[in-house]
Amino acid sequence: MSTEPARGVLSAADRHRPTVRWSIRVAAAVLLLAVAIAGAGPILWVAKGAISPSLELLQEPLRLWPTEPQWENLLLAWRELRVGRYLLNTVVLVGGSWFVQLLVATTGAFALSVLRPRYGRFIYAAVLATLFIPGTTSLVALYLTILDLPITGGSIANTPWAVWLPAGAQAFNVLIMKQFFDALPRELYEAAMVDGAGTWRLFWQIVMPMSGPIVAVVSLLAVMGAWKEFLWPMIAISDTEQQPLAVALPRLAESAEQNQVIAGMLIATIPPLVIFFVFQRHIVRGIGFTGLKG
Amino acid sequence: MTELQQRQTPTRAADTATRSAYHPPQRRRFRRGFGLGGLITLLPLLLVFGIFGWWPIGQSVVLSLQQTNLVDPPAWVGIDNFRYLFADPLLWTTLRNTAWFVVLALLFGFPVPVLLALFVSELRRLGGVFRVLVYLPVLVPPVVALLLWKWFYDPDFGLFNQVLDVVGLGPSPWLQSTATAMPSLVLATTWAHAGSTVLIYLAALASVPSELYEAAEIDGASIWRRLWHVTLPHLRGVLLIMLLLQIIGTFQIFTEPFILTDGGPEDSTVTILLLIYRYAFLNGDYGMAAALSVMLAIVLATLSAVYLRLTRKWSTT
Repeated sequence: MSTEPARGVLSAADRHRPTVRWSIRVAAAVLLLAVAIAGAGPILWVAKGAISPSLELLQEPLRLWPTEPQWENLLLAWRELRVGRYLLNTVVLVGGSWFVQLLVATTGAFALSVLRPRYGRFIYAAVLATLFIPGTTSLVALYLTILDLPITGGSIANTPWAVWLPAGAQAFNVLIMKQFFDALPRELYEAAMVDGAGTWRLFWQIVMPMSGPIVAVVSLLAVMGAWKEFLWPMIAISDTEQQPLAVALPRLAESAEQNQVIAGMLIATIPPLVIFFVFQRHIVRGIGFTGLKG
Repeated sequence: MTELQQRQTPTRAADTATRSAYHPPQRRRFRRGFGLGGLITLLPLLLVFGIFGWWPIGQSVVLSLQQTNLVDPPAWVGIDNFRYLFADPLLWTTLRNTAWFVVLALLFGFPVPVLLALFVSELRRLGGVFRVLVYLPVLVPPVVALLLWKWFYDPDFGLFNQVLDVVGLGPSPWLQSTATAMPSLVLATTWAHAGSTVLIYLAALASVPSELYEAAEIDGASIWRRLWHVTLPHLRGVLLIMLLLQIIGTFQIFTEPFILTDGGPEDSTVTILLLIYRYAFLNGDYGMAAALSVMLAIVLATLSAVYLRLTRKWSTT
């Protein structure tokens, strides 16, 4: 039964009817054009805008290709607007956020799923409870927290830690990681324990080698999510020298040469696009995983 | 061999029975193993969630009952913050704006992904190309996309008014007028988020059993009736869940109005989060900001609880 090709509303017989066949073809052509304009159009426009003279962008935004491509624009944006610096800041923030998220999710889920401490259920419930209260609602309190840390005191505002550490408090990562670990055969752990493996060997040599797929999914979610961040980095890092590209761009857009700002926008867009096309299969699976998370 | 198995099975069953009656030895062994090493593995989660998850949630409640400006020591003021909040006319403007956003998003933000997914799922070829094209806007960092939309929306030099001019329609003020600012905002938001929603609907559509369509066809149901009586009922759960998620997302909209309009013109696009931001970081009134945050958290937690119940109920669709 499952070998039958999947079908939708339309049956093979429907598809043979000329009216259906032609309306499908026409609709497909129209929609392909519309989706291409809406989906790829803006990205291509940014690419074109990045090498166009500013005046031309204002006078003829519909122009397909600049009269004289100004390739040096990208270099100017990199140097004059210091897009390179901001991009580096972004990479540092994204990299650290990725590491913290992965560290918290793997070790936490390992402890809760494999080691199962007596009070584990309560910790897990407290982690899941944060799913109900989106981080945006404790933004103000989080800001005051990073200004004056609860136990140690002192401020981490204006340092990468202010972005890295809060990024780790992602209940969803812990949730899917724990579900994955829960599904691994427990006999393996027991066998390893009998053979005298300690907590670390259990973690590094038994659990982690089997967790490639889930680590990939969490990594993609973490990196793509961190790259998009705007509000929290803007609040947590007010020092313009340390701001990521996403926070710097709106500020630059107010004063700098427009085509250079657009060049900066292009530079900010390329990394997520590259990641998408390299890991397309994983990302589609990731959407299956996150499914209805939104 | 079979004899051995037969002999082993009952003993094993009996064994597990006694084990579960007391403490199962394997679990006790794990618990005993949960010493220093176990605590270390749990430490990152406890520290990060403790300091940056649970603590700020609790602090929000404390802050909402205090007057804090970071200079003077915080003073307890009871529910004064909430009283001031409800007395602020901007709060009511914000709530109206949010409701208006939800309505607009329902009108064109909600049906577009459904229709796109329905259509793409019927394609025999080019389905992959469609999927990638639809998903592209999701990949553009929101700030980049919004700066671009702002550029396109410019009444004098923007792309949209030039296109309108070419097809012979008058220029629109887009973000510059109270009437069109919010719809323009919703349009940009829909463009940015439709892609991931389409992929979720496509996954749901793929799960509709072919037999149902075949049975309906044999009974003589037309294409439209099959769509209405087979496809849509199957999507009902996902549709409701996406609707709820869209509302939860709408309550947290910030970047769109912040970049595109900064709440204007005449506060017509101030959203809840933008108002929280203004209270805290422009007025320095952290108590008011926390009070609004707490109320937002209560609403969102309620919606999330409903969402959880629905996903449990419809986890099969």
